[in-house]
Amino acid sequence: MSLEGKTALVTGASRGIGREIAIELARQGANVAVNFAGSEAKANEVVDEIKALGRDAFAIQCNVSDSGEVTEMVKATIDHFGSLDVLINNAGITKDNLLMRMKEDEWDDVININLKGVFLVTKAVTRQMMKQRKGRIINIASIVGVSGNPGQANYVAAKAGVIGLTKTTAKELASRNITVNAIAPGFITTDMTDKLPEDVRAEMLKQIPLARLGEPKDIAKAAAFLATDDAAYITGQTIHIDGGMVM
Amino acid sequence: MAEVLERVTKIIVDRLGVDESQVKLEASFKDDLGADSLDVVELVMELEDEFDMEISDEDAETIATVGDAVNYINSKK
Repeated sequence: MSLEGKTALVTGASRGIGREIAIELARQGANVAVNFAGSEAKANEVVDEIKALGRDAFAIQCNVSDSGEVTEMVKATIDHFGSLDVLINNAGITKDNLLMRMKEDEWDDVININLKGVFLVTKAVTRQMMKQRKGRIINIASIVGVSGNPGQANYVAAKAGVIGLTKTTAKELASRNITVNAIAPGFITTDMTDKLPEDVRAEMLKQIPLARLGEPKDIAKAAAFLATDDAAYITGQTIHIDGGMVM
Repeated sequence: MAEVLERVTKIIVDRLGVDESQVKLEASFKDDLGADSLDVVELVMELEDEFDMEISDEDAETIATVGDAVNYINSKK
């Protein structure tokens, strides 16, 4: 298996895309730290699924926008596994509103979790990866970070920020054999997109050449590939997985 | 003092691939020993491990020469 013996930390892994990535990494042989913010029961379900695959896993609570908690989470992960090969920055929230109506705390909350969180966790794992002279960092951005999307000024700004952060981190860490890439999912069926009204969904489908929403596994398979040794020559890229929505 | 310098010198020689004779107290990591910014970050990480101490980001920014590193370590011991 391509990730045999590797260790991974997946943020926001209790649900949706993060959950699917955590399980896919384990399917391919990795041991996984399953980060969650609130849903401990859901995180434990993911841990159980990974253990059923014969891999090691544990759930760890952490608010990724809190540097103290992030330091503790990364330390606990490295203490548990003895190494850290793969980081998946997936944790994210939405607080949608029209720009004109958006409250400052809606802006701050989304930027703090979705952008600052990626910075903090990346910074915290870099030390270990530099020592190992090897690492894979995969940031889950969003296609709207490339295209823009009305009603999501905060989310779009954060995700566009993640894409820029990915490129800079890739350049800074390339000499240490650490690759950093982003995945920009389009509309994927998760709790986040289930909240959308039916007419919005119908409108979305019209913009997708492949004429269907994506599944979390469409993202998870690509993330797992980027985590393997086979992806060693890919860095600083943003892979659109969106059914062809944005080309 | 001498022992600290010796251990620091060994780390610098290993990490930067320079000759031991180049590692003088006044030698700047970047200007004299060919280190880039990331090399300096890594050196500080290795010093932390070697001397079992934590060097804050603020303090790390003040360490530019071999002497700075040796003095810093001595001041914290």
